[in-house]
Amino acid sequence: MNRLLLGLTLAAVAASAAYAAGPDLGAVQQSATNWPAILMFLFFVLLTLGITYKAAKGTKSAADFYAAGGGISAGTNSLAIAGDYMSAASFLGISGLVYTSGFDGLIYSTGFLVGWPIVLFLIAERLRNLGKFTFADVASFRLDQTSIRIISAVGTLVVVAFYLIAQMVGAGKLIQLLFGLPYLYAVIIVGVLMIVYVAFGGMKATTWVQVIKACLLLGGATFMAGAVLYKYGFNPEMLFADSVRVHPKGDAIMAPGGLVSNPVEALSLGVGLMFGTAGLPHILMRFFTVSDAQAARKSVFYATGLIGYFYILTFIIGFGGIALLMSDPSYYKLGAAGTFDKLKDMIGGTNMVAVNLANAVGGPYFLGFISAVAFATILAVVAGLTLAGASAISHDLYAQVFARGRTTEKHEVNLSKISAVVIGLVAIYLGYVFENQNVAFMVGLAFAVAASCNFPVLAMSILWRGTTTWGALAGGLVGLISAVTMVVLSKAVWVTTFGHPAALFPYDNPALFSMPLAFATIWVVSLMDKSRRAQRERAAFEAQYVRSETGIGATGAHAH
Amino acid sequence: MSSGTTLGARGRPAPPGTATLGADQDPQVARIARSPEFQQLVSERTRFAWTLTILMLIVYFGFIGLIAFDKSLLAVKVGGTASLGLFVGVFVILFAFLLTGIYVARANTRFDALSDALKRSFGR
Repeated sequence: MNRLLLGLTLAAVAASAAYAAGPDLGAVQQSATNWPAILMFLFFVLLTLGITYKAAKGTKSAADFYAAGGGISAGTNSLAIAGDYMSAASFLGISGLVYTSGFDGLIYSTGFLVGWPIVLFLIAERLRNLGKFTFADVASFRLDQTSIRIISAVGTLVVVAFYLIAQMVGAGKLIQLLFGLPYLYAVIIVGVLMIVYVAFGGMKATTWVQVIKACLLLGGATFMAGAVLYKYGFNPEMLFADSVRVHPKGDAIMAPGGLVSNPVEALSLGVGLMFGTAGLPHILMRFFTVSDAQAARKSVFYATGLIGYFYILTFIIGFGGIALLMSDPSYYKLGAAGTFDKLKDMIGGTNMVAVNLANAVGGPYFLGFISAVAFATILAVVAGLTLAGASAISHDLYAQVFARGRTTEKHEVNLSKISAVVIGLVAIYLGYVFENQNVAFMVGLAFAVAASCNFPVLAMSILWRGTTTWGALAGGLVGLISAVTMVVLSKAVWVTTFGHPAALFPYDNPALFSMPLAFATIWVVSLMDKSRRAQRERAAFEAQYVRSETGIGATGAHAH
Repeated sequence: MSSGTTLGARGRPAPPGTATLGADQDPQVARIARSPEFQQLVSERTRFAWTLTILMLIVYFGFIGLIAFDKSLLAVKVGGTASLGLFVGVFVILFAFLLTGIYVARANTRFDALSDALKRSFGR
């Protein structure tokens, strides 16, 4: 009995690590070259390159490059936002988590979704009214340009770096598995394509790549979930009953399991997921691509619906994997006596549940389609991240901090393109270096930094009159450093990566501590700040307030 | 710098220093900020947005709290195999979507009307 419990705990721990992974596939075998998947992926690449070519011809000004000229409609933008959010990690990771742990997968789905209402109620419209290209525009609206842009750009680049590493490593492993291509090829293909999309097509191309991928992913997932439900006469109860019958954990998959055993851990995870969403730079920049606050508002509403729908689909797909795959030995690596462990021996690992299920319900061509979509998903997400990073370097660091505003628009856009190329090359290099590292904690870390550095600086500068430059700078730094330090001292890095015997920080998720610390620092330091600059900044709040609440003065920001 | 609206009115980044312009440099901003229309819009919308935010926090952290402290309640069967937890989880997702819908419906009608009236009365 004890051994069984231990086994379950280990499986749950493995699963919780898997969620973020950008599929953390561990050591994978390269499979046979999968031609249908490669052909379908090539078709996607050609289509998106065509769009990039068209976008490149229409991209002239900085507003075109960073914000697609402000001409994206609410519906299109909602698909792009949903696309940024529906990474391969959510699709493969969460369906894999549902497969191993059932109900526990739903905890992540809800956590990823509930940040959206907060973004809508507190951030989206004000962001659109105040900003131009990056969220640093908003945070530094009445505060000191240099300091606030530095802390915002650093927060952005840290989030982008961790997110990118996880995606690159995931892409390499996934393509090794799905397409039968060597790891390094895969990483280079992803890196080169994302450079082309971003450097030539800017935000227009990045948005449309994301929109196409979102449609393909939603379409594919809908078909899969539909096929699963069809087999059970559209009666979920029958699906659940069948799943409980074949799952090794039996009825336990319908109830909360060992994934969230510690209340503090559960809360901290929730805080990180919920408020991290409101601080992700590649998501925030999407609010500058629409014409006005009304469109920003509508795009969050539609995007919340699309993302919620998608998470419900992944839940059905996970259960479909249990019910339809677990009784079919052809999806498992068989042991000596023809036996297999349903939770550990799935071909390609449990992150491949959705892919194997595609084969089960739609045959090899649908498998190829889903593989191509999974690759396209990674590609679109890294393109968005690259653009967010390039904007932070050129628009925030270069134009405002180094050139002090004395640069030309053309020069700034060129520097942004160069930054995109450099970020792409660095991403290829990091993807190569981290091939055999455990990167599962990195998406979690990206969310924690977003919730502890970007979100507090942004929220306090918009919402609280008393915020001063010193307060925002100190709070942002404290949030950033404490979040990264706590993760480094946690089990995932301190024990697993560095090999120390015991973790110095007891929880995997730091946000419950690092985020309030950042808010408190901003508050205290701002209150103590008696400088003349601080008085000017408080006095300037009124003008910012009027514009953030009404949009007066913001209209036409992108009219070209 | 005669008007707060100049900041960011073009595709070019504003030169540093403009961000510190105070309300005293634009008398109209101060007039808008003190107008009853603006005060009404902001107080109504702020109250509404924070009410919805707090509702979302209660529902989500209530769900997480149940998972952390009362797993057996969520394991209760609701008809056959499906557990209560499953329904609560799906409810949290639908609730989040519903809240955004309620906010957008209210904003599209009430808040936009208030905002338009404000803009008309200040001729912007």
